[in-house]
Amino acid sequence: MRFRRRRGRVSAELDAGEAQLLSALAGDLLVLLGDEPSADEDPLAALVGLTSAPRERPSDPALARLLPDAYADDPEAASEFRRFTEQDLRAGKRGNAGAVLAGLAPYLDRGGKVPLDRDEVDAWLGTLNDLRLVLATRLGVTEQTDLDPAPDDPQAQALLIYGWLGWLQESLLSCVDPRPGVQGGPR
Amino acid sequence: MTAPAQLDRPEVEDVTTPDRPWVAIVWNDPVNLMSYVTHVLMELFGYPRAKAEAMMLDVHHKGRAAVSSGTRESVEHDVARLHAKGLWATLQQD
Repeated sequence: MRFRRRRGRVSAELDAGEAQLLSALAGDLLVLLGDEPSADEDPLAALVGLTSAPRERPSDPALARLLPDAYADDPEAASEFRRFTEQDLRAGKRGNAGAVLAGLAPYLDRGGKVPLDRDEVDAWLGTLNDLRLVLATRLGVTEQTDLDPAPDDPQAQALLIYGWLGWLQESLLSCVDPRPGVQGGPR
Repeated sequence: MTAPAQLDRPEVEDVTTPDRPWVAIVWNDPVNLMSYVTHVLMELFGYPRAKAEAMMLDVHHKGRAAVSSGTRESVEHDVARLHAKGLWATLQQD
């Protein structure tokens, strides 16, 4: 699997096995990030982002890495920040993973060339990064971790997948230039 | 019967100095690719590549770098955008 850019268009070239693996990983990420808020919640409260808004850092270290504290030394400010931002942050990450799943869906049987527009590129970059953060937390990856594990290493398969995702992300980054400002949102 | 509410005199603690700007800090981690951190800093803040790379190298070598500054509100917004990109970021008063 690799990403290519031809005449300004980016695509992912992958076989069925690669499409299935990436799809399974993106599906796991969606589960980890949680479901959409249920429809029976108070719509007004939901509108202003106050319905069952989370205030505590997630107990799962991998989820806590995806949804980190914004204040290192001020738990009260961190909690307040989380109350107003975490649901949007989760929704954004879910949106990225959903876009990857949708993009891969037609290729699960035979693989092929998945065309990616610029918004899809950003969704894929984000999901590849989130998957690496989750796996790295689970594996206890450090700067010294050997990504070429011995075959009898019980973590060998997960380490290989982690290394593969990093290679993919690097490959995709080499195909795109940053779009300053486009992602900025309102200041 | 309810006892009269005890009115505690609020403790006035003036810990925020309006003159000192807030800064967004990006912390080093063993996961994020150097190329990705540079990409994100260019995209979110519109920095030229040289400036984004210098900040990325500070994160890598010094463990952290201030990547934006301003009012508390604007820096909170920056930190939320950095979190959306998967960077480990916090804010503090400079």
